Amino acid sequence: MTLGRSDAQWTLGDREWSSRLIAGTGGFRSLEQMEEALAAAGTEIVTVALRRIDPSAGGSVLDVIDRLGLFVLPNTAGCYTARDAVRTAKLAREAFQTDWIKLEVIGDDRTLFPDAVELATAAEQLVADGFTVLPYTNDDPILARRLEAVGCAAVMPLGSPIGSGAGIRNPYNIAIIAERAAVPVILDAGIGTASDAALAMELGCSAVLAASAIFGAAEPTTMARALRAAVESGHLARAAGRIPQRTYAEPSTAYEGIPDLS
Amino acid sequence: MRIELNGGVVELADAATLADAARAAGAPQSARGVAVALDGEVVPRSEWDSTPLRDGATVEVLAAIQGGAVDLNGVVSAPSRGIRS
Repeated sequence: MTLGRSDAQWTLGDREWSSRLIAGTGGFRSLEQMEEALAAAGTEIVTVALRRIDPSAGGSVLDVIDRLGLFVLPNTAGCYTARDAVRTAKLAREAFQTDWIKLEVIGDDRTLFPDAVELATAAEQLVADGFTVLPYTNDDPILARRLEAVGCAAVMPLGSPIGSGAGIRNPYNIAIIAERAAVPVILDAGIGTASDAALAMELGCSAVLAASAIFGAAEPTTMARALRAAVESGHLARAAGRIPQRTYAEPSTAYEGIPDLS
Repeated sequence: MRIELNGGVVELADAATLADAARAAGAPQSARGVAVALDGEVVPRSEWDSTPLRDGATVEVLAAIQGGAVDLNGVVSAPSRGIRS
């Protein structure tokens, strides 16, 4: 496998993308900080949520997103049932005039792990309704396969709990999901720092989503740059084909011609 | 007439439409990034003006907020439990 120019682009839904880093927009201390970090991340896709309108809110996240020319990916954050998630997706479609939805159906507010049953139900309904569905899912290869089978445009397994920064707890499962999926695999949650993002790409993911890793860093803009570089490095390393891991040394210098200096 | 608007009770003219409710909730003129549900069902923007309200209707007016994977630490509003029916 060679990494030519064409490999720099990847396809998600029916569109071509250059950046493999998707960013969340929540949690920043200000819209100015968010704008600077998103620009540094080089991201093309950002997630936004829907909540009851707050007329007193100053400035709009959408103004910043429009200024940067980014693609809005609405999510169903905060939904606990398929019914709520489907309704929220339909509201998001109306609000943002997009069929794309990052589907989140949470099963538990302490772990924020997905509810697999509700997730699969919602995914099937939304695909049937014409949505481009990007589901946040467990690191479960079978569930990932089910989500792909009902027509999801990608699968977005977690590396570890949302906001935990604990990295990729089960790299073997992420590798299995990436190896078997015909749709892009996007590592969704748990990224804490650059090495986590690079590992996700080395395991075969097509892209990485980072939210708290960026806004929670002491220097969000610097971390955004770091994650951008890490995603690119990991993708290149994957394409390069790494050497096998061995228990013992493997000399890289020939033994022939060693002088006798005794 | 009285309706439930984003969780609070508000008084609107008897001839009020869904567009009036959206304005009352603070929706901007452009309505970009805004969605409205009437009694739990999404109503397209093009129909707000022509959708009458009845006494006791439940209206939710939603707008874009910053959102990551899931909102954290109350930095933005706490997760709602979804759209009431």
